[in-house]
Amino acid sequence: MSLLTDLVNLNLNNTTDKIIAEYIWIGGSGMDIRSKARTFTGPVTDPSKLPKWNYDGSSTGQAPGEDSEVILYPQAIFKDPFRRGNNILVMCDCYTPAGEPIPTNKRFNAAKIFSHPAVAAEVPWYMYGIEQEYTLLQKDVKWPLGWPVGGFPGPQGPYYCAAGADKAFGRDIVDAHYKACLYAGVNISGINGEVMPGQWEFQVGPAVGISAGDELWIARYILERITEIAGVVLSFDPKPIQGDWNGAGAHTNYSTKSMRSDGGYEVIKKAIEKLGKRHKEHIAAYGEGNERRLTGRHETADINTFLWGVANRGASIRVGRETERNGKGYFEDRRPASNMDPYVVTSMIAETTILWEP
Amino acid sequence: MALLTDLINLNLSDYTEKIIAEYIWVGGSGVDLRSKARTLSGPVTDPSQLPKWNYDGSSTGQAPGEDSEVILYPQAIFKDPFRKGNNILVMCDCYTPQGEPIPTNKRHDAAKIFSNPAVAAEEAWFGIEQEYTLLQKDVKWPIGWPIGGYPGPQGPYYCSAGADKAFGRDVVDAHYKACLYAGIDISGINGEVMPGQWEFQVGPCVGISAGDQLWVARYVLERITEMAGVVLSLDPKPIQGDWNGAGAHTNYSTKSMRSDGGYGVIKEAIEKLGRRHKEHIAAYGEGNERRLTGRHETADINTFVWGVANRGASIRVGRDTEKSGKGYFEDRRPASNMDPYVVTSMIAETTILWKPT
Repeated sequence: MSLLTDLVNLNLNNTTDKIIAEYIWIGGSGMDIRSKARTFTGPVTDPSKLPKWNYDGSSTGQAPGEDSEVILYPQAIFKDPFRRGNNILVMCDCYTPAGEPIPTNKRFNAAKIFSHPAVAAEVPWYMYGIEQEYTLLQKDVKWPLGWPVGGFPGPQGPYYCAAGADKAFGRDIVDAHYKACLYAGVNISGINGEVMPGQWEFQVGPAVGISAGDELWIARYILERITEIAGVVLSFDPKPIQGDWNGAGAHTNYSTKSMRSDGGYEVIKKAIEKLGKRHKEHIAAYGEGNERRLTGRHETADINTFLWGVANRGASIRVGRETERNGKGYFEDRRPASNMDPYVVTSMIAETTILWEP
Repeated sequence: MALLTDLINLNLSDYTEKIIAEYIWVGGSGVDLRSKARTLSGPVTDPSQLPKWNYDGSSTGQAPGEDSEVILYPQAIFKDPFRKGNNILVMCDCYTPQGEPIPTNKRHDAAKIFSNPAVAAEEAWFGIEQEYTLLQKDVKWPIGWPIGGYPGPQGPYYCSAGADKAFGRDVVDAHYKACLYAGIDISGINGEVMPGQWEFQVGPCVGISAGDQLWVARYVLERITEMAGVVLSLDPKPIQGDWNGAGAHTNYSTKSMRSDGGYGVIKEAIEKLGRRHKEHIAAYGEGNERRLTGRHETADINTFVWGVANRGASIRVGRDTEKSGKGYFEDRRPASNMDPYVVTSMIAETTILWKPT
């Protein structure tokens, strides 16, 4: 295999100015990530300098066969940690040839909300960002990595943030992902081993407005590429194993300029109150299958209940002790599932707390 | 997999100022180590420049779910031998949001003892001999031992080499270099009497740093065993029968003991330790009664005996120390699963501060 690796790792800068751009988009399920690559004559750092492209939407459930072209609009550039050199990853969203966003394009509306003057003035800053939990599965049996096939590991307790061959499964993937994201220019702020063995978490943030969604989707793409290399399967299912095992969420930490300023704690409480009045609408948009996860047990609040509290991990919304003490800061919406669309969740939180009036 | 290794080994210094800091703490059992990582905007060498952090104490048995935040205070920095570059390991201790040490935080009281002027003036040095056993992953039986059976009796294994005598040396050697890289004062290693058992020594360290360095050395070891696919055990008597247990002999000296006339100071210190034998034993590790039997190079748990060059004693004084009239002594009582913050500070407290009533 050494000759193959030499080729994969060829540094093209020595032989040509050409670069490779991997265009990435979200497919028809709203959760599947797709990508393909093309060559450019030289380095590009600004998305507006990249050409639009297109793909076969009939192969991703996004267009009929007789009118299959879906147009890709480049929106954000990141360095490619796999090809390195001047090669890039490009996050795109999808349009009809007539210029309309296709139904699964959630970025378009999110971008509209974030560019609304009242929202933009508040600099919606996902200060500690989005906590993406995920589970690694063994490839051919779809059973979590490290779990005995046909059985279960010892109960939860020893695994959270632990080390050891009997407690931490798949760290090489997690660590490779951390460095790959930093290389790419994704604002990855941390990682930790989770309560269920084989489950991990990374955090993306701080990010402003629409870029939170762009960065999380790119981070998910990089993770899927790395699990592919490692021969394990990535799952964003919010409750991968039934029973006394934690689910997987995407807790979303949020603050606005007003919340971060003096007196911000009152703004936070008002915002939480508004979120409480739109609980059903948010829950409907917070990820498929969340009802299997939000049971009121395993550090969640029941899906039909809206509850907030300081340092309370069994709440829908948790406010940190430091925020309470300083009278300003941020809060954590613990309701989103691991398979949520960050464009939807981030823009909806901004919309409800800044634009919506009861 | 070559590409995965490339990513793990990426030298980020070429692309960004950002560094990764792995915050490490002791969990609810008092022996489980936990850690998580965060990104910082640039290199940090002083713990006082690191931000406090927090974690979910309800997942480690250290806080209730409805009030789950436990605060991490950074106390010591080491270089990260896994991520390399400017990335760091940070040893922390744990507090409530109000700033009180939580019950499992043994460092806080140890630090108080070490900063007592009488103790600080004595410059307490510690060298800790950490013994440990490597176990096969799915059966929890020592590495190199046949499944369903036993290896030949003890005798050939201590400090030996050979595929039939030394099991797991790659873990031990990787650990040695990783600790030196990290900045831990690891002073040596050796294969132990029971096959599959090894020892490393940390020291000499002054005061509180003995505890910090031993905990980080344990963390580095657990990360390495994880990579190697074997399980680390700090149990003091992993196998019943004619097999040695695992201890954490603690070598100790003060400025007075190291100076001329020190041997007299040593004898006084040992006498004080003898009067508090029960209190020390209670704090020297869970399950030690299975190990301190009076056999297998231990003294019985209810007996306090000291002697020169005597490995069957509770406290052993080296022949060198006896001959030069000054030096150090070895407390052989602590179990491999002891908390070094507790043991080191208790020895200092009893020998320097405590007065018999």
